[in-house]
Amino acid sequence: MLRVELIRALRRWRTYVLGAGLAGIPILIVVSLKLSSNDPSAAATGPAFLGKILVNGLFAPLSALAVIQPFFLPLGAGLLSGDAVAGEASAGTLRYLLVRPVGRIRLIIDKYAFVMLSVIAGVVWVVAVGLVAGGAAYGVGPMPTLSGTTMSAAQAVLRIVAAGAYMVGGVAGIAAIGLFISTLTDSAPGAAIAPVAVAIVSQILDNIDSLRVIHPFLISHRWLAWTDLFRSPVEWGGMARGALTFAIYTAVFLGAALRAFVRRDVTS
Amino acid sequence: MNAIVTRSLTKRYGDTAAVDRLDLAVDEGTLYGFLGPNGAGKTTLIRMALGLVLPSEGTVSVLGEAVQGSEGRAGRQRALRQVGALVEEPGFWKHLSGRRNLECFAVAAGPPSDREARRSRIDRVLGLVGLEDAATKRVKAYSQGMRQRLGIALALLGAPRLLVLDEPTNGLDPSGMREVRLLLRRLADEGTTVFVSSHLLWEVEAICDRVGVLAKGRLVGEGRPSDLRRTGDRVRLEVDDREGAVRALGAVEGAMVVDGAGPVDGSLVVRLSPPATTAGLNATLVGAGIAVSALIPEQESLEDVFLELVGKRLEGDGDDDASS
Repeated sequence: MLRVELIRALRRWRTYVLGAGLAGIPILIVVSLKLSSNDPSAAATGPAFLGKILVNGLFAPLSALAVIQPFFLPLGAGLLSGDAVAGEASAGTLRYLLVRPVGRIRLIIDKYAFVMLSVIAGVVWVVAVGLVAGGAAYGVGPMPTLSGTTMSAAQAVLRIVAAGAYMVGGVAGIAAIGLFISTLTDSAPGAAIAPVAVAIVSQILDNIDSLRVIHPFLISHRWLAWTDLFRSPVEWGGMARGALTFAIYTAVFLGAALRAFVRRDVTS
Repeated sequence: MNAIVTRSLTKRYGDTAAVDRLDLAVDEGTLYGFLGPNGAGKTTLIRMALGLVLPSEGTVSVLGEAVQGSEGRAGRQRALRQVGALVEEPGFWKHLSGRRNLECFAVAAGPPSDREARRSRIDRVLGLVGLEDAATKRVKAYSQGMRQRLGIALALLGAPRLLVLDEPTNGLDPSGMREVRLLLRRLADEGTTVFVSSHLLWEVEAICDRVGVLAKGRLVGEGRPSDLRRTGDRVRLEVDDREGAVRALGAVEGAMVVDGAGPVDGSLVVRLSPPATTAGLNATLVGAGIAVSALIPEQESLEDVFLELVGKRLEGDGDDDASS
């Protein structure tokens, strides 16, 4: 089933258009900076203090990650997961997959794996394009940490990749929510919009001070904890709590998706 | 062995029962035609047999495996591996070619199979439905008839022991319909059980070994097409005094006027069951002073049987529904 998803994705224009669009983000960052000033730190688009450490070509992958995290990543995870089951239902292929037979549990697991693989592919692609573009324009060198020490370029790349991995974890719960809604409806657009809305609303609520009590329970509350990777030593506390939140959201909604789909009448 | 068995199988949506305490047995190796008006519950029954819809009550087993409910999961998977199905319209990924669609479905269920064997099987089923030339075109560009053919090809892909086809000739032109009918007949002759639903009576009558008639979720008639037709001899009468004839026949045991209006003013159709006979009918009419100008034995068409069976069920709404 996973193999089928990959074959189908590789045969769609959509995949390549999205890939080109994602590659455009780090390239745009590098080009706009090259045209305006020559100080990479001016291009820091993520949390403002990141500007302090972005002194060479490594700024490009990190800034690009910071750009895609709040909106594009949840959007991608939400659209793909919302479409996962509801899209098959509205295309009329769901019933034919189930009678092949692809087991219902297997179908959900493989669909989820495909969504997460796509998100991972997107993140890896953005980091790779950013490294090449940033490296070509500004070279790659040691990077200061937020704590004032310096780390080698290899160490920096490793931490950028770790930041990407943490971001992937951050949308795992969004993908699970999307998949759950996708099992409840035959309308792919509706199922795709819902998880994106969850991500947006969560980020808005997280910015309203008077709602401080609910903040720790919001799916997006610890999304920015990856910045702790660029301290010396790395502060794991925030990311550990974030990972726990992501794991709980993922487990709850993936469980709900499985439960809902196994019991559901497929009438599409 | 039975290919499909249901025991008081019921599916309720709210207060209405789409399938209502249905008992059905389809022998292996037969071509079974399943008739019923729209909304009779044909598709719901098929979906329950394929494990897509969960029954409210009762059981359904396919190729000897109970398939309903979560406890039926393993059995359902085993059974479905030997089943090919077309459920309502065919469904495909439109941006892929016909051949690629079949490949995707073939690998979806895993385990990984021999690539060459898979390719040659796909070639074979595409050939069976006459789609070799359009195999590399995207399904987006297919006509409705071509999609229907591809749907049948998909059903045949796994060389199934049981073929479940819901309205397989939908959207086909007359020659396409004929090809499909011949194909189904041939598959059945080769030992495949074919369970085919249709609202086209002549189509079912032409090819099926057995026919079941479904109305409002219940089986209202079943048998070989010829047996269903022979449930009573029919005679068309042409008389000079229609009213008098109807009155006179009312006294004859086993004679029932089933169709008053005919092409001619004084014509009526009478169904005979023992002890009534055609000769006795004639004698009665003549005895009553009615001139009989024609007395024509008629074979009942399956359509008549169908309309009568379904009509009874629709009229008798509620008479046997005490428990639901």
